[in-house]
Amino acid sequence: MATSLALYSTLEFAANPGRPVTAAEIAAKYGVSLHHLSKVLADLARAGLLDSVRGVGGGYRFAGNPKRLTLLDVIELFEQTVESGNGNGERNEVETALAQVLSEIDEITKATFGSITIETMLKLVEKHRNAGSPVAEKMQR
Amino acid sequence: MTSADLKDTTAIVIRPVEAADLGQVIAIDAESTGIQKTDYWYELFHRFGTGHSRQRLFLVAESEGTIQGFIIGEVRDWEFGSPSCGWVFAIDVRPGARLAGLGTKLFDSICAGFRHAGVDTVRTQVSRDNNLMLSFVRSQGMMAAPVITLEMSLD
Ligand SMILES: CC(C)(COP(=O)(O)OP(=O)(O)OC[C@H]1O[C@@H](n2cnc3c(N)ncnc32)[C@H](O)[C@@H]1OP(=O)(O)O)[C@@H](O)C(=O)NCCC(=O)NCCS
Repeated sequence: MATSLALYSTLEFAANPGRPVTAAEIAAKYGVSLHHLSKVLADLARAGLLDSVRGVGGGYRFAGNPKRLTLLDVIELFEQTVESGNGNGERNEVETALAQVLSEIDEITKATFGSITIETMLKLVEKHRNAGSPVAEKMQR
Repeated sequence: MTSADLKDTTAIVIRPVEAADLGQVIAIDAESTGIQKTDYWYELFHRFGTGHSRQRLFLVAESEGTIQGFIIGEVRDWEFGSPSCGWVFAIDVRPGARLAGLGTKLFDSICAGFRHAGVDTVRTQVSRDNNLMLSFVRSQGMMAAPVITLEMSLD
């Protein structure tokens, strides 16, 4: 959950460079708990992806490089890279065979998230917005 | 010439490769891959570079007489039952000329060539640990194709 919130938020901030956006705005748009979201935004700020804005309204502003920041960079702030299989000791042949298949999936997942930048995502969001897809409508809400 | 000088991509011409460009194309590839494959490039030139077929495209990016990059692709019909689509199987931009939009210009040009040849989909295959190429093709809007490439060792 924290990871999805982080991804939605990063995209919201990156789509509004320069404009401070508040946690309340994002919480209302995605229908999520403000308390939970505030923690996620504090983590993103600690990682240097957001700057907090003082004064009336407050909020945060995007501080990352949208051309180089990937979805994987954001995900890894909230999730450990999972090692498949039995972590302790030797693996038997069943565990080894299953781990091989699971690592195939992990590799594809990593290559996908690691090559999609925030800027590439914003272009994709725009494409869905222009196509008026249900996904885009949800993102716009 | 640096990539800063190339930022004005209007000074870049994208055109079909000519025999006289091959020396520079081979050098760009050798710089990227560390292997000089002269015979391979001459063969590719004969198959793709003659400009006689709409189905096969070998384009170069030239600025002031220097070849800065190239792209090669072809239309493949009914490969594994898939409707015709354009395939990009090589692209390379001189290391000193990268990040100035040349890769994008080459890619846009080959896509225009594929459209002209009557196809509406373009595909490529990238090693999953080649983050540079993956980031580039993703930035062009490419998404995973509904196919999975599989292999096995024949030992
Ligand atoms: C991939 C390649 C063709 C890109 O060419 P380029 O002229 O630098 O590409 P562009 O300037 O048009 O870049 C377009 C987008 O690709 C992505 N990209 C390109 N280089 C990147 C890099 N080093 N890191 C992250 N993203 C990158 C960015 O999203 C970039 O957009 P931006 O400039 O707005 O950030 C070039 O780096 C290259 O030739 N690499 C070697 C490829 C190779 O090994 N070929 C041999 C086998 S086929």
